[in-house]
Amino acid sequence: MKKLINDPQRVVDDMLKGFVAAHSRRVRRIPGTNVIVRKDAPVKGKVGIVSGGGSGHEPAHAGYVGKGMLDAAVCGEVFTSPTPDQILTAIQAVDSGNGVLLIIKNYTGDVMNFEMAAELAEAEGIRVAKVIVNDDVAVEDSTFTTGRRGIAGTVFVHKIAGALAERGASLEEVEAAAKKAIQGVRSMGVALSPCIVPAAGTPGFALGENEMEVGIGIHGEPGIEKVTVQPAENVADGLLARIVEDMELNQGDQVAVMINGLGATPLMELYIVHKRVAEWLAERQIHIHETFVGEYMTSLEMAGCSISLLKLDDEMIDLLRSPADAAAFKTC
Amino acid sequence: MKLSVEQAKAWIDRTNELFQQQKQYLTELDQAIGDGDHGLNMARGFQEAVDKISSNRYEDVGTLLKDVAMTLIAKVGGASGPLYGTAFLKMSQALAGRQEVNDQEWIAALEEALAGLKARGKAQVGEKTMIDVWEPVVMFLREKGRLIAGEAAQLAKQKMEETKTLEAKKGRAAYLGKRSIGHIDPGSASSHLLFVALAEVVEP
Repeated sequence: MKKLINDPQRVVDDMLKGFVAAHSRRVRRIPGTNVIVRKDAPVKGKVGIVSGGGSGHEPAHAGYVGKGMLDAAVCGEVFTSPTPDQILTAIQAVDSGNGVLLIIKNYTGDVMNFEMAAELAEAEGIRVAKVIVNDDVAVEDSTFTTGRRGIAGTVFVHKIAGALAERGASLEEVEAAAKKAIQGVRSMGVALSPCIVPAAGTPGFALGENEMEVGIGIHGEPGIEKVTVQPAENVADGLLARIVEDMELNQGDQVAVMINGLGATPLMELYIVHKRVAEWLAERQIHIHETFVGEYMTSLEMAGCSISLLKLDDEMIDLLRSPADAAAFKTC
Repeated sequence: MKLSVEQAKAWIDRTNELFQQQKQYLTELDQAIGDGDHGLNMARGFQEAVDKISSNRYEDVGTLLKDVAMTLIAKVGGASGPLYGTAFLKMSQALAGRQEVNDQEWIAALEEALAGLKARGKAQVGEKTMIDVWEPVVMFLREKGRLIAGEAAQLAKQKMEETKTLEAKKGRAAYLGKRSIGHIDPGSASSHLLFVALAEVVEP
């Protein structure tokens, strides 16, 4: 294992210290926890939005804490759900009396821990709603999941819900918008090389020199199949075919596209993938309204990418465009 | 028979001792069909819970069990943290303010814990989880109407061993499908120890 770390046991703490040092204008860390909140939390009159999960997916989720996105991110150990007490701390810190929405990626551990935190918060009189993101079309059940996994499409849910909350919408309205975004988003990824959890020290799975894993999960969980590495165009075609098979996308529809790097794939390759995605959608007369190319939900140093499509309507276009100011996501 | 705050405390102490002794065994069970940290997690969590309650004085069983619950929630991790945390939290709510707990109240608290576990884990009997121990044991006690903890622990042992024959439908082991058959479910094994400890405290 070759990593720029100090101590495998301290990676999350060290990272968060660096993160807060870098972005102290926007965020602060609640002392004694791995909870990152907006500097001005709780924002008066606003529904609070909390997400989180295991670390190792940076910039998710702390990078999305900021105006127009999340009010708090709860950072677990690497690839491990945060505990309910930490999630509860986040909920308490962002509730201004208008309720809190939890955006949860669909993993058994995350769902259990966030639900427990929601109950503890409700017992204290805080109104809590929760949505579960399951955008990955690759597999139904896998190592960490019953049902589909939540991956990079989650960032769209942060953006849509965050924008509406910033406008002062009610908890019910923000929850409904988040659900609509979840309904409309689909993703799938491919890995060219595995990742190493620092505390484990060895790769979580193996890929041959000329192999790639289609439908990979963001913890290196197996996908659909291992195949010989193919040109980017074929990879994009394959992922898109699976994605649109699962969503109703017609000629004339508008979408947002996210080409997400999994950690070790150069931006050059992500743009090469996007070239084909843009062509493919144009051939079908599906209009791309907004494109995001970069690292949004990584898997440590895994090589590969995921493609996400979000089907848009006028309301979502408006919310997607409205201002956001988080460390890893800015629109103006 | 009434169970005092001191006995409830002794139950947690004894459970912790058993987890410290059986840490390796639970971890081996989990290595076979899970991610191999169950023994370590339970041993760490209950040690923290014992540290917490031994430094406090408690007037009632509910408050004691709430501290146990919150410690387990924060310190166990994985799925076991919220599951055992939920069980103790439900018991603490059922026994809020009670300085002494009679058999009926204790059994009702265990029923609350079982309901909480099923809701949290979304699991039913037969899915190779801790529910395969909890449900038959709690049903047995309710039927008998008395806290005959020794017999309950015997039943827990039998039900734990029977998880060997089941195919996992919930939890990490479900991913193994039929390959999970032949192994005891680690959660059912830790649950068994909880009832063993209860028997030792209630019927010394």
